[in-house]
Amino acid sequence: MKPWYARNAAKAALFALALGAAPLALPNEYYINILILGAINALIALGLNLLLGYAGQISLGHAAFFGLSAYATAYATARMGLPIPVGMGLGVSLSALVAWLIGMPTLRLRGHYLAMATLGFGIIVHIVMNETVEITGGPSGFVGIPRLALFGYAFDSDRAYYYLTAAVLALAALFSLNLIDSRLGRALRAIHTSERAAQTAGVDIAGYKLFVFVLSAAFAGVAGVLYAHFLSFVAPSSFGFHFSVQLVVIVVLGGMASVWGAMAGAFFLTALPEALRGFEEVDILIYGAILVACVMYMPMGMAGAASGAWRRIGRWRRGRAGQGEGGHAG
Amino acid sequence: MPDSAPLLAVSEVSVRFGGVSALADVDFCIEKGTVTALIGPNGAGKTTLLGAVTGMVGISQGRVVLGGRDITGLPPHVRARLGVVRTFQNLEVFANMTVLENVMTGRHALVSYGVLDGILRTPRFRAGERACREAALSRLEFVGLAGKKDVLAGELPYGSQRLLELARAVAAEPALLLLDEPAAGLNTQETQALAGLITRVRDELGITVGLVEHDMDLVMGISDAVTVLNFGAVLASGTPAQVQADPDVVAAYLGD
Repeated sequence: MKPWYARNAAKAALFALALGAAPLALPNEYYINILILGAINALIALGLNLLLGYAGQISLGHAAFFGLSAYATAYATARMGLPIPVGMGLGVSLSALVAWLIGMPTLRLRGHYLAMATLGFGIIVHIVMNETVEITGGPSGFVGIPRLALFGYAFDSDRAYYYLTAAVLALAALFSLNLIDSRLGRALRAIHTSERAAQTAGVDIAGYKLFVFVLSAAFAGVAGVLYAHFLSFVAPSSFGFHFSVQLVVIVVLGGMASVWGAMAGAFFLTALPEALRGFEEVDILIYGAILVACVMYMPMGMAGAASGAWRRIGRWRRGRAGQGEGGHAG
Repeated sequence: MPDSAPLLAVSEVSVRFGGVSALADVDFCIEKGTVTALIGPNGAGKTTLLGAVTGMVGISQGRVVLGGRDITGLPPHVRARLGVVRTFQNLEVFANMTVLENVMTGRHALVSYGVLDGILRTPRFRAGERACREAALSRLEFVGLAGKKDVLAGELPYGSQRLLELARAVAAEPALLLLDEPAAGLNTQETQALAGLITRVRDELGITVGLVEHDMDLVMGISDAVTVLNFGAVLASGTPAQVQADPDVVAAYLGD
């Protein structure tokens, strides 16, 4: 048995192994792309899950935090010629800073002000990306972002880039698991159920909401810089309201308040359109039907369905063991 | 005993909701080491007064002083850290957390490691979590719920959820514990057990108790002092015997 405080590290190590082995199961290199995009979406979903799944606060503008950092590192590296690590640092910091500026006034208020503020913010950012053609390249996008090179190593192949993204995702998963299994995680879950009871336990609810909001924007920021230096091209259409909603769907479909569920939801919803590509005209209908079926048959999300199945298997095995004993005695 | 200033002193507190006056010029004290009850007919302002003391209800006038320190205007979580913790009339357990996690959350302000300690699992984190866990377990034993520590709080029966709220509140090691109708929804046996528990909170844990309650047997049985509110104003205060003999109190309870 592992000591209690190392359990999350063991889980994250297993997860990293599984991510590392995943490319071996792929029929061709094209699918590596989907894995990378899945891992990037999973990174955003992890952050949004801390905010939405654990603390119960809705953001409808996470695509904008993702996009802000992508454009920031694009501009810093391609236009200003700054080193890539600096551009990435700037991108993540910008997302976090903007989240702090939005969260400061809105999270002091009770109610759904954060949802409204982030909704408006996301739309504004999208408009700015489209209109400031001089800086962002406008609707046709920003081209010529350098591919990633860190410490003299160039991540030229998709496979190398995948391993980098997978490593970041595994670390982010460990970070989230450890955060949840601590005083801070308990405070976030407490805020979700009863703000009054959390307050009487001495939890500074406005402070924690702001902290987790900024943190989740930073997760989206990390995803954004990885995205920009992977595709070497970004366009506003990737960062619109539609994607913000899709991120919320990912967290809900995966299972609120589950680190594994959020990531499973991200990989599933990234791969699903690709899997349905063969159905041409009707793919969007099938996509919708699958989502509806998921919500009907897995109301607690993928994580809830998985833990339910696990419990049923346990009961079935105990039942069989009990029968076996009964038969022997009889 | 009452040689020093009271633990809690509420003076000339008024609360208005819109045009309605919920509390008018209320003076109310709780002496250290007592169980002090706050009673009165429905709508008298008892829960509002608890809200005013804990900072969950804004006051339009007056002062709240805890242990000689003016806490008027401080936000609820700061007051909790300074020593006023409450329970709720409508149960507010953290239903999605285990029983033990609920009580550990009650000790939030007493656990001192930082965010990074938690993420990096430093020795400071491990020591802090272990101490928090042990203290929480001892409070669960105190209320008799230790055997249910890994059960989800939402799955506990009603009476046990009340006890869990009590355990979570005393886990914060407050100077003053305010209980808002802790016997509501409990049967006679459970209420008797609760009475024993409240006196043990005072005697064994050394926590002063403020009690808002409708069950007069419970109130008169365990209180050292009683204050009666009616229509947002103090009608009488004194020992249980004095209050019971007060003609104004009798009139308020029996109607004119």
